[in-house]
Amino acid sequence: MKTIDTRGLSCPEPVILTKKALALNESEYEVLADRVTSRDNIIGFAEDAGYKATYVENNGEYKITLKK
Amino acid sequence: MKKNEKLVIIIAGIIIGIIASVLVVFGNPANMGFCIACFLRDIAGALGLHRAAPVQYIRPEIIGIILGSFGAAFATKEFKAQGGSAPLTRFVIAFFVMIGCLMFLGCPFRMIIRLAGGDLNALIGLVGFVLGIGVGTFVFLNKGYSLKRTYAQPMLDGIIMPVIQVIVFALLVAAPAFIFFSEAGAGPGAKHAAIAISLVAGLVVGVLAQRTRLCMVGGFRDLFLFKQTKLLLGFFAIFVSALVTNVILTVVTDATYFNFAFAGQPVAHTDGVWNFLGMFLVGFGCILLGGCPLRQLVLSGEGNTDSAITVLGLIVGAAFCHNFGLASSADGPTLNGKIAVIIGIVVVAIIGVVNTYCKKEA
Repeated sequence: MKTIDTRGLSCPEPVILTKKALALNESEYEVLADRVTSRDNIIGFAEDAGYKATYVENNGEYKITLKK
Repeated sequence: MKKNEKLVIIIAGIIIGIIASVLVVFGNPANMGFCIACFLRDIAGALGLHRAAPVQYIRPEIIGIILGSFGAAFATKEFKAQGGSAPLTRFVIAFFVMIGCLMFLGCPFRMIIRLAGGDLNALIGLVGFVLGIGVGTFVFLNKGYSLKRTYAQPMLDGIIMPVIQVIVFALLVAAPAFIFFSEAGAGPGAKHAAIAISLVAGLVVGVLAQRTRLCMVGGFRDLFLFKQTKLLLGFFAIFVSALVTNVILTVVTDATYFNFAFAGQPVAHTDGVWNFLGMFLVGFGCILLGGCPLRQLVLSGEGNTDSAITVLGLIVGAAFCHNFGLASSADGPTLNGKIAVIIGIVVVAIIGVVNTYCKKEA
């Protein structure tokens, strides 16, 4: 499973990194984010790209799992 | 969920558009219910950072936007003190973004408001703005442009900007002799709605913009990058709503709020080339900053100290504009202003190139 670390990055960089990673078309990704806006934008983009997204929060950081 | 988000931003845009038009009825300058650039410039003048007598006033709208965002972010637990992503670079970009804004005479928010008032010069500005966003997005952002990551900062660091707003508001209300206010009839700085009205308008816009992530630059950027229309819908909703409100106001009152023309527009000039280049610089610079001036105000209220530095850069840029004769007037741009805009485009391009193509792999 590929991990994408977007923590600390400003929008739209987290979504750009996610977009580039999803272009490799793997079946599962883990994306780390630390802002609500980034989390929502990443999930929105991934869902548009056909992935199912779930996330867990830990101390203000979000671990998002994307599955095809 | 997604449809819901779009509906929310459209409703927010409609409310913001109406507020923007109605603020003019209450006394704000024409086609300037809101202008983040102009209002920061007025605040810079009120604090004596520049001495252009026509444009000095502490605008409660700015204070309201930052505090509204602060309140909304706190209530939703989104407030987070963060910063450290190339703050000085952001300051410099913001400085030049302000020079672009004052070449055109408006931030992207006022550009929409000017369009909704029938000001066709804003259409030329919009073309430059979109082109600047396109260059920033495709040549830099999509090729790996980054100002590196932010880190958590002490809580106090994130609260300083909202606290400054409270202090500046106190200065407005107390009006001590060392604060400058444009005298009646002296210019745009003397035209303003009552303090309470402006403050409430700002608070409402601050809350709505924080919740919806409204951003004029983000609208086109997300469309170009991700084919997403959410933010652009907000932009469009403000335009339509302000347009309809202006037409209604023109019909039901004696004043004119809609004038479909190039010439004779309030606080505007007709030099197309420089309206275009000014807004090109704004679109380009704001892409590298990650958001338009309105969005920077909102983020600074959420505890983002990089955005707070950006707002300070805008304020200092505004002060320089008036101290060095860079700002345009109704008569048109100045030679100094033209030179500054060209320098700005070059500086922003260099910052873009260095942070996109000259990075060492970590």
